[in-house]
Amino acid sequence: MTEVTIVDYGMGNLTSVAHAFEFLGARTRRATTANEVSVAEVLVLPGVGAYPQAMEHLRATGLQEALFRRVIDDRRPILGICLGMQLLAESSEENGYCDGLGWLSGQVRPIPVPSGVPLPHVGWNSVDWRWDNASLSAALPDGAHFYFDHSFALLNTDADILATTDYGGEVVVAVAQDNVMGMQFHPEKSQNNGLKLLRGFLNLAAEYERC
Amino acid sequence: MLKQRLIASIIVKDGFAVQSFGFRRFLPIGSPAIAAEHFNRWSADEIFLLDISASREQRGPDIDLIAAVAAHTFVPLTYAGGIRSVADAVTAIKGGADKVAVNTAALNNPTILRQLAERLGSQCVVAAIDARRDQDGAARAFGAGGTQASGQFVEDVARAGGALGAGEILVNSIDCDGARNGFDLQLLSDIAAAVDLPIIAMGGAGMPEHLVAVLRLPGISAVAIGNLLHHTEHSLLKMRAAVLKAGIDLRHETYSDYRTHPIDDFGRLRMYPGEELSALQFSYHAEEAI
Repeated sequence: MTEVTIVDYGMGNLTSVAHAFEFLGARTRRATTANEVSVAEVLVLPGVGAYPQAMEHLRATGLQEALFRRVIDDRRPILGICLGMQLLAESSEENGYCDGLGWLSGQVRPIPVPSGVPLPHVGWNSVDWRWDNASLSAALPDGAHFYFDHSFALLNTDADILATTDYGGEVVVAVAQDNVMGMQFHPEKSQNNGLKLLRGFLNLAAEYERC
Repeated sequence: MLKQRLIASIIVKDGFAVQSFGFRRFLPIGSPAIAAEHFNRWSADEIFLLDISASREQRGPDIDLIAAVAAHTFVPLTYAGGIRSVADAVTAIKGGADKVAVNTAALNNPTILRQLAERLGSQCVVAAIDARRDQDGAARAFGAGGTQASGQFVEDVARAGGALGAGEILVNSIDCDGARNGFDLQLLSDIAAAVDLPIIAMGGAGMPEHLVAVLRLPGISAVAIGNLLHHTEHSLLKMRAAVLKAGIDLRHETYSDYRTHPIDDFGRLRMYPGEELSALQFSYHAEEAI
């Protein structure tokens, strides 16, 4: 049974994420210290909150360094959700320019929308999955909806684009780069579609184990 | 395409889920957690949990209540009631809420919205406005469950909320609350014209056509439904089917599809004609294992 380690850096609601993985039968633990991260098999970086505060928390607690060792050196799989995905990128302009972890190519910038289209992008939107990967997204119906709540998105990425949505234009909403994956929507708050996707993520992580 | 949302409201008074009538009379329904379980199963797009006792009891969020409701929801949960500070909001989020809505505290001290946005992010902050019209017809904002007159016009409060970093505006009509006569469409139009934020409409749902009228207004992103969802099995699913049939763009991802079932104006199922009933065949759908 997979154990999922949810990084707790003081920003927001871990309960929903833990709840979703537990529903799927995974064990979950919360990591607040570098030690706990250093033994993680599969990492999830959730996040609701403001970018600069989040990066500061990660730095100040030593979690950033521990994550670097586990993700970049040890190449354990990590999934960033919403703000978590954005933190994995190179930088963000939310509340002023701030460097990110830099493990996903691209920068986080305001979603480019024409005038009249409000921000945040909040609600359920249909997502187009590009990447034909049986383990991740095959169980999803066509045009499956996921829940979004964000004003910023990953731009200029060279990572594999897994999925996009349409909000005032095409927006990249799921990417993968080696063992690093990011989802801009909230799979833990997207009912059955989200749960199916997380099942796909667990399947991928299990395949990764066997390699 | 982004869809509009049907939000299920759970109003809690003294620990009970209640129906609310004009913010003054309340009918007990039962367990908030069971209501949440039903609404989650019936495909709510979001759940809005409003604790109307918190302000009166001068306390912050009830973590046990939030946790009990969050345990049943795989959709976003917005919590409102007694949020007086950033610490209160963080408590609610850690308890299981995904967003917080603030009304009274923001009327007394609008900068709390900026503080919340800086700590939690704008996308987590809903500026909630309870509106009542006075004799001259102007709509003003009230705090403390309709008992505290701020004197401010709702458009001004909405504009300020947006400028201070709220991500969404929730507009609740005290006059229409529980009356089942429809929403205050003029109020919603006025606020939509004043701000550039997604707006959630609340207060007055009595029939599916009320929901359709609201969702047809420009700028309305979601409608929050309270009283109407109780007492009826699959209530929200039937509402969703009726609104979809009227051409509104909503998410539809459920096996319980009432779109082909005859529904009356009040959202109640009509009985199939005899010949159709005789011709019905039943097939078993196992619960989907994810």
